[in-house]
Amino acid sequence: MSDTVLILEAGRAEEHYWRDLWRYRELFSVLAWRDVAVRYKQTVVGVAWAVLRPFLTMIIFTVVFGRLAGLPSEGQAPYALLVFAGLLPWTLFSTSLTGAAESMVSNANLIGKVYFPRMIVPVATMVAALVDFLISLVLLAGLMLWYGFFPGWQILLLPIFVALAMLASLGPGLWITALNIKYRDFRVVIPFLIQVGLYISPVGFSSSIVPERWRWLYRLNPLVGLIEGFRWSILGGESEISAQGFLLSLAVISFFLWLGISRFRAAERTFADLI
Amino acid sequence: MSDVLIQAEGLGKKYIIGHQAEREPYLALRDVIARGAKTFARRASDILHGRAVVEGDELEEVWALRNVDFEVSRGDVLGIVGRNGAGKSTLLKILSRITEPTAGRVTLRGRVASLLEVGTGFHQELTGRENIFLNGAILGMTREEIRRRFEEIVEFAEVERFLDTPVKRYSSGMYVRLAFAVAAHLEPEILIVDEVLAVGDLAFQRKCLGKMQEVSTRQGRTVLFVSHNMAAIETLCDRVILLAAGQISMKGSAREVTSSYLQSASGYEPGAPFRPRRLTPTLSLDRFDVLPNPVESSDGAGFSLQLSSRESLKISELVILIFSAMGARVAILDLRSVGKDLVAGPTEALRLRGRIAALPLVEGDYSLGLYINAGTIREDFLDLTRLTILSKSSRSEIPPYAVQHRGLVELEHTVSLD
Repeated sequence: MSDTVLILEAGRAEEHYWRDLWRYRELFSVLAWRDVAVRYKQTVVGVAWAVLRPFLTMIIFTVVFGRLAGLPSEGQAPYALLVFAGLLPWTLFSTSLTGAAESMVSNANLIGKVYFPRMIVPVATMVAALVDFLISLVLLAGLMLWYGFFPGWQILLLPIFVALAMLASLGPGLWITALNIKYRDFRVVIPFLIQVGLYISPVGFSSSIVPERWRWLYRLNPLVGLIEGFRWSILGGESEISAQGFLLSLAVISFFLWLGISRFRAAERTFADLI
Repeated sequence: MSDVLIQAEGLGKKYIIGHQAEREPYLALRDVIARGAKTFARRASDILHGRAVVEGDELEEVWALRNVDFEVSRGDVLGIVGRNGAGKSTLLKILSRITEPTAGRVTLRGRVASLLEVGTGFHQELTGRENIFLNGAILGMTREEIRRRFEEIVEFAEVERFLDTPVKRYSSGMYVRLAFAVAAHLEPEILIVDEVLAVGDLAFQRKCLGKMQEVSTRQGRTVLFVSHNMAAIETLCDRVILLAAGQISMKGSAREVTSSYLQSASGYEPGAPFRPRRLTPTLSLDRFDVLPNPVESSDGAGFSLQLSSRESLKISELVILIFSAMGARVAILDLRSVGKDLVAGPTEALRLRGRIAALPLVEGDYSLGLYINAGTIREDFLDLTRLTILSKSSRSEIPPYAVQHRGLVELEHTVSLD
């Protein structure tokens, strides 16, 4: 006989949560694989979408912000590279967030029929976003070759920033997932938030154009520190990173992570009743 | 070997549901705005308190399950029967950890796998092979286990040739076979199965029943089995629980409980007595009963009807309307056939009594209404009372198809090889 004794009681689901999460890791990898596998099924250009979207956005931003508005780049870096280095983390963040928020509703039939720690579902969709990200990273390498621009030692720290970007999307992602199940209003709110976020984050321009005295306020947006980090790592010495700003971003990211996980956990028990 | 694997004590589950307030026929814009503002204020306060949004104007608490106690020992097969809405699904959902109980507790000793649906999580775009792994993982198998039993699963499902075809190209039979095959190869200590057997072709159904039996008897697994199919319940289960209105109304051997469920006399909570209701300001319906209710499919039933009116009323047409649960009109009983004038008045109510010779309907809930034509009144009055049809207690070993595949009428028939 197996010694697993399980007691189900109101408010008891808490107990072995993290152990359960570990135990269901195979389900996690299968769901993540599924999300990646079906992402571009029955599309004409398939995986090329992962490249086309950021590439076209980059061209538009370069023309609008770099040419028409004439905003300055950072150091000697070509404007297109500046934009692309900002687009990478932004796209990772926004795809993760949208995917996570939609994931529970689109997996409603799973949630109504089988038990597993629900956190698996939004996190698994983030893996698909990460795959997209890795593909566009190849495009970045191509662009850098094209411009004859070579990164410095800072590029070695890129994985850390990628991990941070994942964590930065995880917090708000979980929070919004939980909210989206209870209040479907968020379905409408999320695309709007993402649209706004694109303009209040330094994606199409360098954060150096924000006046010095407002910069601390600007940095409350955790993506600012993150994008600066990406630029610093990819463009090497051409871009500056403010340690203070970066720490502030870390603090905001951690806060959202805590908020997201705790809100998600609190809401999780009632998901099946609400969906 | 009599250790208890499932123990439920005082189990209860409460839901809050919303009702639409009764709409007045004419509604001023002012009222619409006032009502909208009220609903909005309530929702805003729900959000502030972190409660869920409930659609509707009035809220009501409903206990889907209340004070449920039972035990299941190792190797036992417990059947759960009851009408739609009796709380079976809620009970299964609690046991499979999908939802939390509001009261009471369950102790489960051993690995639990629940099968509330065939093919949960199957993805249309993925191939049969990929779906076996996906579905297996969802049902709680490790990749290693699935790999080990892969050949067996494929053979059981009889889909070797289509393993690398996306399942959206499968026929529904193949789809179901594959889905059941994965589930049948689970190896938990406790298996929770909702009505999933009545699918696929006959040969496959036999195979499934056989597999279920093998799982419980030969492998000593504890099984909880919900079905409307009394024949399957009697073949598979040792003991059966009858749920009615969220509570256990009977426990006992399979034969005892199923026969009493079918006879609907004992153990069955008869539907609430008919509550008189006003059809129009002057006309009221004092009684509208079908007896017995529930009634077994193809059996006959009597009906009685009483109408009273404040003014003397000559009814020129009176028809009983029978609707399916989905709202399709199934049949009518034209009561003009009584052959006399139908008169209802303040001193004397109109009383009618009749009998339907046979109700060859597919099991389920039906809704009864009336069409009345009495000069000033000429109207359909819908959903006045309910009639529940139970499945025929056939001794055939062919499990019937699920209700949704059987239409509304059971036609008696014979067939032989030509």
